[in-house]
Amino acid sequence: MTALAYLSWFERKIIAHIQSRWGPYYVGAHGLLQPLADGVKFLFKEDLTLPTADRFLFILSPFLALSLAMTTLALIPFGPATVYIFGQPTQLVVANVDVGLLFLFAITSIGVYGVVLSGWSSNSKYSLLGGLRSSAQMISYEVSLTLSVVGVLLLAGSFNFNEIIEHQQGYFRYVPFIPRWNVFPQFVGFLCYFISAIAETNRAPFDLPEGEQELVGGFHTEYSSFKFAMFFMAEYGNMITVSCLATILFFGGWLSPLPDGWTWQQYVPGVALLCVALYLAYDTVRNMRGLGRIQLTVVTLLAAGIGLLCLLPAVAPVILGPFWFLGKVFLIIFFYVWTRSTLPRMRYDQLMSFGWKLLLPVSLLNLVVTAFWIVMRHP
Amino acid sequence: MSIPFIMFFVFALVAVGGAIMLIVAREPIHSALCLVLVMVALAALYLLLGAEFISAVQVIVYAGAVMVLFVFVIMLLNAGVEERTNFSHMAKYAGLPLAIFLLFAIADWMANSAIGATVANGAGAPNQAAVSTRALSTMLFQKYLFPFEATSILILIAILGALVLAKKGAE
Repeated sequence: MTALAYLSWFERKIIAHIQSRWGPYYVGAHGLLQPLADGVKFLFKEDLTLPTADRFLFILSPFLALSLAMTTLALIPFGPATVYIFGQPTQLVVANVDVGLLFLFAITSIGVYGVVLSGWSSNSKYSLLGGLRSSAQMISYEVSLTLSVVGVLLLAGSFNFNEIIEHQQGYFRYVPFIPRWNVFPQFVGFLCYFISAIAETNRAPFDLPEGEQELVGGFHTEYSSFKFAMFFMAEYGNMITVSCLATILFFGGWLSPLPDGWTWQQYVPGVALLCVALYLAYDTVRNMRGLGRIQLTVVTLLAAGIGLLCLLPAVAPVILGPFWFLGKVFLIIFFYVWTRSTLPRMRYDQLMSFGWKLLLPVSLLNLVVTAFWIVMRHP
Repeated sequence: MSIPFIMFFVFALVAVGGAIMLIVAREPIHSALCLVLVMVALAALYLLLGAEFISAVQVIVYAGAVMVLFVFVIMLLNAGVEERTNFSHMAKYAGLPLAIFLLFAIADWMANSAIGATVANGAGAPNQAAVSTRALSTMLFQKYLFPFEATSILILIAILGALVLAKKGAE
């Protein structure tokens, strides 16, 4: 939950800096307490329910959206299947399901209802239009999203996330410095996946369901207070899920890009965090005044503390998998935000023709080529 | 009373209850949503039987794709509240007894047939070899390849038919 809130802070900051602004600045040092302030604001706002709305569905849909977005995170493995924390075997995934990928798609495919039902039950034309648009968009792009992933499945021969990741271990035979991540053989698949994932999560440049210039707020026009916040959090949750999935399928999940032989790499997370702490300390002394100085000192100490903890011999090997995983996810989310801040929204007919006439054939072609390649190699 | 046994009854009740609600509900959207509930409950039942692949596909295809299209069309046409009519005499005097008779016939068959016996004894003990994704695909694409392809051609013909009908209306 906190991660979701801070993702909104992160996004506002990045977009602001890309557009030469400062972003949230006044609530806490660098606006770090802004998400907290937003959360409190959402909680204390008046909760409106239209008398003409379908009450049950109106209340159900934000719950549906948020709970489904959270459920998918249970399927994501953050590290190797079994790690030893103080000698205890521990799993870094909540549910290691045999057909994990399919379950994830199943849950996200139900997630459409959150948007569609909120649009319908609000009983308002803007919401209805937003709901209609999003259901059409999500159906269209779900097809290419699923198809673009099948290439990876063919390569790995499994639906299980851990097996898919382990299949990407090692390096290419002829270029021994490039890790065997699926993004290289499946580059077209990755492009298709990423574009349809942006559309699937209703983010710019595909955020037509909530195009504020035409539809006020799209499907969540009539929602206020914490129900609105739930939609907001669901959107960010879906963003995280999609980025995690991209990391698992195309970027080797929790595998390190460095060779296994380099044992010193287990100190990388700790040293990286300590560097961050060092920069924060410099920033505190140099730029902060008054209350901001105290707040940033706390953050610095936290970063330094966690960094030192990561250097302990008992923790260092365990933290390595999650470190690489979260690092890759972070980069993908950054790319997501970057796209949003630079590209204008597409027109609706462009969206549809792009999805059906370009993305779908290309991902089908990718699938066929991959299948042929596999058959040629293992006749 | 093991946990899977209790879970079976929970999901079975949800499925049957959803099916009844589907008929009773007056808003078309509510009916469609009840159908989604039935689909998800069925997927949960498949999961209880150990068929993970089928259960996931059930949710993706039926709940996630087909029903979204249903809801989409209902929203697009803005279908109003259904009018309620009284039971027709035909339904009252012929349909109801027939339905009850059918129910008992199925129950009787379940109790006496071989399938019924295995269900009652093993409570659907999962047969891993038969439900694994790999086994399913070899069955589908080697043993039953011809029926599979025939079905896909059938579906293709249905799509073409729908297209032709839609074209005819537009002209």
